[in-house]
Amino acid sequence: MKLNILKTALLSILFLTISFVGFASNEKGKNDQETEFNPQEMILHHVKDAHSFHLWEWHEKSVSIPLPIILWTNNGLTTFMSSKFHHDDSGKVIVEANGGKFVKLHEKIYQLNTDAIVIAFDKEHHPTNAVKPLDISVTRNVFMMWVSVIVLLLIFIISARSYRKSENNIPKGIASFIEPLVIFVRDDIGIPMIGAKKYKKYMPYLLTIFFFIWINNIFGLIPILNGANLSGNIAFTMTLAVFTFIITTLSGNKNYWKHIFWMPGVPVPMKIFLAPIELIGMFVKPISLMIRLFANITAGHIIVLALMSLIFVFKSVAVAPVSIAFSLFIAVIEIIVTAIQAYIFTVLSALYFGMATEEEHH
Amino acid sequence: MDLVTPGFGLIFWTAITFLFLLLILKKFAWKPILDAVSEREEGIKDALGEAEKARGEMLNLKSANEQILKEARAERELLLKDARDIKNKMIADAKEDAQEQANKMITQARESIHNEKQAAITELRNQVAELSIGIAKKVMQSELSSEEKQVALIENMLKDISLK
Repeated sequence: MKLNILKTALLSILFLTISFVGFASNEKGKNDQETEFNPQEMILHHVKDAHSFHLWEWHEKSVSIPLPIILWTNNGLTTFMSSKFHHDDSGKVIVEANGGKFVKLHEKIYQLNTDAIVIAFDKEHHPTNAVKPLDISVTRNVFMMWVSVIVLLLIFIISARSYRKSENNIPKGIASFIEPLVIFVRDDIGIPMIGAKKYKKYMPYLLTIFFFIWINNIFGLIPILNGANLSGNIAFTMTLAVFTFIITTLSGNKNYWKHIFWMPGVPVPMKIFLAPIELIGMFVKPISLMIRLFANITAGHIIVLALMSLIFVFKSVAVAPVSIAFSLFIAVIEIIVTAIQAYIFTVLSALYFGMATEEEHH
Repeated sequence: MDLVTPGFGLIFWTAITFLFLLLILKKFAWKPILDAVSEREEGIKDALGEAEKARGEMLNLKSANEQILKEARAERELLLKDARDIKNKMIADAKEDAQEQANKMITQARESIHNEKQAAITELRNQVAELSIGIAKKVMQSELSSEEKQVALIENMLKDISLK
């Protein structure tokens, strides 16, 4: 019964979004079509974040879901929908809101200085008469993140409920698919990396990052949602790495700090020599987590898109079979990579927690 | 360069969303799922332990049963043997008794036969003596009935007596 309510709610959200899509569609300048195809621009546009959820081109109209732009300016919180820019990304369309003039340039929001009428650029194409306000917009990555959160909540809360219903805690339905994964995280990540005594405290975090990263990796591969490259965005990986770093540092015991600042079992000069290295290592660990996930996922996206671009670079349909075959091959590898990268991030986080809580054994 | 510059907005939303997700999932998903799984695992472990115990008990019971069966068999053996012994003894006793009785009876019979025989012999002897006397009397009477016969006898007797 409750499931039905959830389904209805989801469908309503979907229809609401589609009705927005109608408003957002706008005619595109014809001259845009004639410009030379630039694969680098196209790829970077796909890999980076954006202020609207671009779906497809339809009769020379761009169909996209508009997303709210939230800015913190001198006048306080300023919000408006991204559809106000009418798909302009070159700073031409000026939106006035809350006493400020805003333009969108390369998916960045700039606030024009009060005396400026049009945006001006220097030689490196940097705007000279505009500043970047603090941007906390709901971008397409944030939007996809929320979609993934809804999906995760549905999957896991439904499976958790199925245990309550069944006798003897036997998994049913979706739970029987989820349980092996949860047990995998517990028995192959949590227990071996942290130890049977202390792993319980870290299980919610490990399970959450594992599934959060995995599902966002998968969402990044779905073609129509390809605009969202959340787990290939360095801000996302950085935030998760910072969480791991904070938890590691907070759960570090005496033994952990001793290994960093005064390495046991080596002569004193060596201790002094090792201390800065270990200290750097403490920060390198989360940084490696951040870069690994970001680079792997982004690289995958870039390769798939680059292979597809070959068709347009050579301007020949004959290239298409080769290009499609290769990008299909890479896409299949990427599907494996989605799970592997989620696993690696989780394993390494668990390993760092394990190192931080390890008891003295010398 | 833009690609590797983390944007503040996404950091902000990721942090909030992740914390929200973590807290909600922890309360409504991970805890129930992990609890259910570990509860079930404990249940399975307990059930297996109990099954092992029950098997051990069964084994003990079986060996005890066998012991009892063995004892019962031995006792039956013993009882049968006793019964056989008693039977044999009874038969032997009865035989002995009968033999004795028979011997006694035979002895008695023999004795009485002997006594009867003696009595018969004595009676026969008496009768024979009487008869002999009667016969002798009759013979004497006939022998000495006339004078000539008396003289002949005396003569005869005198003949035997030789005067030397």
